[in-house]
Amino acid sequence: MSIVKDAAEAAKGLAQAVTKKAIEVAPDGWVPGGTPDPLIRNQHGHVGKPVSRIDGPLKVQGAARFAAEFTLYGMTYASVLFSTITKGRIATLDTADAEAAPGVVLVMTYRNAPRMRPMPAFGSNRMAAGGDDLPVMQDDRVHWNGQPVALVLADTQEQADHAKSLIRIGYEAEAATTSFEAAKADGTEPGQFQGDPLQVTIGDAETVLASAAFKVDETYRTPRHSHAAIEPHAATVMWDGDMLVVHDATQAVTHTAWSLAHMFGIEQDKVRVTSPYVGGGFGSKTLWQHQVLGAAAAKLADRPVRIVLSREGVFRIVGGRSLTEQRFAIGAEKDGCFTAMIHTGTTIMTPHSAMPEPFIVATRSGYAADSFKMEVRVARIDMVANTFMRAPGEAVGTFAMECAIDELADRMGIDPIELRIKNEPEKDPTVGTPFSSRNIVEAYRAGAERFGWARRQPPGARREGEWLVGLGCATGTYPYYRMPGGVARISIGRDGHACASVAAHEMGMGTATAHTQVVAERLGLPLDQVTVEYGDSRLPGLFLAGGSQQSAAIGAAIIAAHRALVVELLKLAGNDSPLAGLKPEEVGGLDGGLAKLDEPARWESYASILARAQRAELSVEAAAPAPIENQHWSMHSYSALFCEARVNAVTGEVRIARFLGSFDCGRILNAKTAASQFRGGIIMGLGLALTEETAFDERTGRVMSASLAEYHIPAHLDVPAIDVMWTNIPDPHTPMGARGIGEIGITGTGAAVANAIYNATGRRIRDLPITLDKLLSAGIG
Amino acid sequence: MTPFSFARATDADDALRLASARGGRYLGGGTNLVDLMRETIERPTALIDVTGLSSTIGERDDGGLLIGAAVRNTAVAEHAAVRARYPALARAILSGASGQIRNMATVGGNILQRTRCAYFYDNAGSRCNKRNPGEGCDAIEGFNRMHAILGASPSCVATHPSDMCVALAAFDATAHLLGADGERRLPLTELHHLPNGRPDDETLLKPGELITAVELPAERWFARSTYRKVRDRASYAFALISVAAALKIDGDRISDVRLALGGVAHKPWRAHKAEAALRGAPATAEHFRDAARAELAGAVPLSHNGFKIELAERTIVAVLQELAGEIA
Ligand SMILES: Cc1cc2nc3c(=O)[nH]c(=O)nc-3n(C[C@H](O)[C@H](O)[C@H](O)COP(=O)(O)OP(=O)(O)OC[C@H]3O[C@@H](n4cnc5c(N)ncnc54)[C@H](O)[C@@H]3O)c2cc1C
Ligand code: SF4
Repeated sequence: MSIVKDAAEAAKGLAQAVTKKAIEVAPDGWVPGGTPDPLIRNQHGHVGKPVSRIDGPLKVQGAARFAAEFTLYGMTYASVLFSTITKGRIATLDTADAEAAPGVVLVMTYRNAPRMRPMPAFGSNRMAAGGDDLPVMQDDRVHWNGQPVALVLADTQEQADHAKSLIRIGYEAEAATTSFEAAKADGTEPGQFQGDPLQVTIGDAETVLASAAFKVDETYRTPRHSHAAIEPHAATVMWDGDMLVVHDATQAVTHTAWSLAHMFGIEQDKVRVTSPYVGGGFGSKTLWQHQVLGAAAAKLADRPVRIVLSREGVFRIVGGRSLTEQRFAIGAEKDGCFTAMIHTGTTIMTPHSAMPEPFIVATRSGYAADSFKMEVRVARIDMVANTFMRAPGEAVGTFAMECAIDELADRMGIDPIELRIKNEPEKDPTVGTPFSSRNIVEAYRAGAERFGWARRQPPGARREGEWLVGLGCATGTYPYYRMPGGVARISIGRDGHACASVAAHEMGMGTATAHTQVVAERLGLPLDQVTVEYGDSRLPGLFLAGGSQQSAAIGAAIIAAHRALVVELLKLAGNDSPLAGLKPEEVGGLDGGLAKLDEPARWESYASILARAQRAELSVEAAAPAPIENQHWSMHSYSALFCEARVNAVTGEVRIARFLGSFDCGRILNAKTAASQFRGGIIMGLGLALTEETAFDERTGRVMSASLAEYHIPAHLDVPAIDVMWTNIPDPHTPMGARGIGEIGITGTGAAVANAIYNATGRRIRDLPITLDKLLSAGIG
Repeated sequence: MTPFSFARATDADDALRLASARGGRYLGGGTNLVDLMRETIERPTALIDVTGLSSTIGERDDGGLLIGAAVRNTAVAEHAAVRARYPALARAILSGASGQIRNMATVGGNILQRTRCAYFYDNAGSRCNKRNPGEGCDAIEGFNRMHAILGASPSCVATHPSDMCVALAAFDATAHLLGADGERRLPLTELHHLPNGRPDDETLLKPGELITAVELPAERWFARSTYRKVRDRASYAFALISVAAALKIDGDRISDVRLALGGVAHKPWRAHKAEAALRGAPATAEHFRDAARAELAGAVPLSHNGFKIELAERTIVAVLQELAGEIA
């Protein structure tokens, strides 16, 4: 906590200094050969301060309007019926009673749904947003248990729900693959992620392992996880003539607009998708069938539609994280140096999704070793299309890797932190590129000191009454990405107010707040003179609030737009300005205007420049350069995680007593929202470690935990005080010196918990979640 | 949800009248019934709100307590006499559900809440003999980690989910009922059935019969009682195993004991065999373990809940040790 307090104090003290130094215009400085973003050098601006969320007051007052809170004239309410077989066809369909029920506007099934193209699956096009590539209510086919088969529109939600219960459907079921074992027996195939094969071979790792002085070679299992964001998926949809307007909860407004246009066969500019607030996305708030069904039903009824998935609906039609079965083996010399690293295994996906849980991605740049063998293989199961879920690949892959390292350290009798540091790579161990900035050792040292790691005892040694107490640690990593397509517009008015516009998203992370800070600092404006406009497909750019890359993508686009703005401002300033004759590189934002960098007295306010030029407003738009930094450096966020677990020796119940995350994610843009992101990720990681598992009935392919009573996310009492700290060392090769912080928190947390439980009990559970029955059968107490 | 009519009963007689006229169901806090109606598992055509009935906790002349059926769960748990004289009851209630749900839930509704078996809840997609007698039970070969180890039948392996009822069963509570034939009393341990061949038939209540109150006997030694619940997360989860116990020790011998288990059977499970083994025995861990084993000798594990047998044994022993330690 105190790091946040420190930052708050510092910010208070520095408030005076804000805007006293002109901030020069950033070149495309983080790309190879360039210079770092000048914002990095400025320690006295808005960036980094613990600014409270701009939308905080609106949210606590209930005044922030979410997707399901738009009210449109003549609105109807949708209720969706889900299939109860896994594979086959709809043989009989009787909707007469439902149609006759009070308030019903229409019942939509494959028989009367408007004709649409199949869903464009994510990755099939740069703007595709679909979870799979299936047609939506176009034929009698059933592809998974829970697929939408009918939709009722009525004047109220209750009428729609009631009428839905009157629909009678008969199915002809066909044989389906619903168990992991059967799917593996059907054969597996190599996995591909974002176009790359999920495979690495360097040297002959198996042979090296066989002759290693020390080794571990174990199998780790992680279950399915379902998305359970606080806001269920929802959209309010209307057709305005030939124009489709969707008020959505999405982390991809432009992708969604394009995908819907594609499905309905209309121009992209005929679809507008807004998403002002999102109550949690985590990878799930992309395009699923509900937005499509809402738009189709609105078209059929010629009335606006509100479609809100029930909690059950989210479990049935929104995919989650896929299960994995991973082998992790490490061979080491007597001195602890790794000679072989093997990470292979199998995950599942559906015949219609393109997302094999890429559990080896963190292993690719984790540790130095002489030889590597990694491969993800995929088996196919008939189920709802699995998808991205916070740190896909890393969250479960690091469970295997970081437990294996802990096991090896235990076997070798050395401290697991020292074993990690011993194998700290100098450059990316599998790609060979230099790291842009990697300070994981510093993060470990600082975290260990603060957590009291030195007090750790041998496994099973510490008991307090019924409670066995242990400490564990693990490393988390998450790659830095920046996706192409970033474009930003900056407008500045004669009142000196600036607005930056990007088709980006605020899902509660604090994006709008952090970028208000960034824009204000670049322009030399106070925070209340800056607005960041986002959440609308009509705004510039193609942004995805995913892969922890949205801030980098926005930041790069803002840099480009800022430079274009300064060029235009200098033109407008002309010869009568104190800035006359200056080049963009010679000026910077200061006190609501531009100043010469080394002669701040040569200054003119934005308002004055615009007034003299008789312009009410200046608006410029520019695109970010291609994201080539990833090709030149190995770029990742890092964490060193520390956990104190208490395991009840009588019952096997696990309680997490303390948790500390020590992060190395470049420059932190907002100390307050960043701390929340880290803590939120860790809390989700506690769920992954201890409680979360989708109950998928392998006999029927049906999800049996379709409610928050059955699907256990951590309750308040499961979450201890979580301490977070960070190196705050800027990355010279990224916009603002920052790397992603959204997904790093969950990464490594599962292993930190499992390792702490091992230290408490002397029992190793390699199968998540670590529930009390597994500890009992491992023989605790 | 199926459309229904709604009426508010002013008193118990009014409730009976309304129920017989409309063929309706009683509505307490609605935290279970309304959920089941939303899932169309329950489809009453009329609801009679009985939250206006007795919501007082009265001390009886003999020292017992009479708790009105409409008393909210929170109010029971907070009541000074309950906390002082029947601590296992207060603890049981507080270990259940969430603060919001306990503020709504009533004593009557809590007793008559239905199982949380996932196949029972999956009206559209699963087979369940409790919902549709004779259709089959998808839990027996399916997810049954939460299910029964005692008293189950080939037709149903569900558990009764209530925490409160486990403490009531341990304390020999009596339910006061009012029906068309007048008043009667039933020990709480007899109110619920084991599933046998008809898991849809869950209680001895007759159609339209109303729970008006629950009576707790005046046993001073119940003040030495506790409730322990073992579950999958620290709060807001149903019991895997729970234990309610009261212990009376004279010298080094157990002179009396009450023991009931939750999460093990289709009803709150009064551990008569364990009690018999404990009465007169020395209060040692060894005897606690023998008694637990005597009770669990008849336990039958399903595919995923075998751990419950050992967990129940461990928890019983720990709870009795804790109580014995308190007394010593
Ligand atoms: C998410 C969740 C978690 C929960 N967790 C727990 C838990 O951990 N432990 C636990 O014990 N419980 C738990 N519960 C269940 C909760 O305790 C019950 O829902 C509650 O006690 C029911 O009381 P109610 O007054 O709301 O009953 P209602 O829903 O109103 O009624 C339930 C039944 O009782 C009947 N009824 C009500 N009053 C009377 C009366 N006076 N006479 C005759 N019949 C009557 C109704 O007709 C209905 O059949 C949980 C519930 C939820 C939703
Ligand atoms: S255990 Fe009982 S409640 Fe559950 S499915 Fe079987 S019959 Fe139904």
